[in-house]
Amino acid sequence: MSVVELATLQVSKTVDARGTSCPGPILAAKKGIVDVKVGEIMMVLATDSGTKKDLPAWAKKMGHDYLGVLEESGIFKLYVKRLK
Amino acid sequence: MDTTKKTIILFSGDLDKALAAFIIANGAAAMGDDVTMFFTFWGLNVLRKSVAPPHKKSFLQGMFGGMMPKGPGKLGLSKMNFAGVGPKLMRRVMRQQNVTSLEELIATAREQGIKMIACKMSMDVLGLSEDELIDGLDYVGVATYLGEADEAGVNLFI
Repeated sequence: MSVVELATLQVSKTVDARGTSCPGPILAAKKGIVDVKVGEIMMVLATDSGTKKDLPAWAKKMGHDYLGVLEESGIFKLYVKRLK
Repeated sequence: MDTTKKTIILFSGDLDKALAAFIIANGAAAMGDDVTMFFTFWGLNVLRKSVAPPHKKSFLQGMFGGMMPKGPGKLGLSKMNFAGVGPKLMRRVMRQQNVTSLEELIATAREQGIKMIACKMSMDVLGLSEDELIDGLDYVGVATYLGEADEAGVNLFI
């Protein structure tokens, strides 16, 4: 997805994992995804740069669609679409 | 959900190795895996309560009990321990880097339903009784662990 597409996504749940380190962001994602309906989008906020690789791996394993990441002044916004 | 299973043996009672084991276990559970951790020998010290009721022990078991670390807060490092200064420095750096402490990782492991099983034979050798370890453990032998490992796609010995 392009930067513009990501920035304009309709997010139904935001999970704040800023300030946590591995495995904090994926734990937060696991907890957060249950509040998201199938087909809707969760945004994970993180400051740990490993999350850019970890969240796609988590999404793949859990069967969700990782859409991409936006980076703003050291904060990563990662988008995941719940598929099941 | 396509859930796989992982088993981890924690043999070491070193802070750094226990951290690695619990980070991997929590990561796997966050990814939907069924995780079993088997604690044996020095790894049992990670599960010790800092304060436990007194027990009648043999002389050697009493020595073990007194000299081994009582819980996650007392563990040493496998390298650069510097007679106990190393772990304090390590914990300070971890706090600065926002890395979760071992105590929190153990609590998270329990919240996530990670199964923790303790080797009864090692407990007997080291003179550790059930009420000296944290609650919620199963006390088992090698066959239970092997049965769990047979179902797992990944098994680690740490």
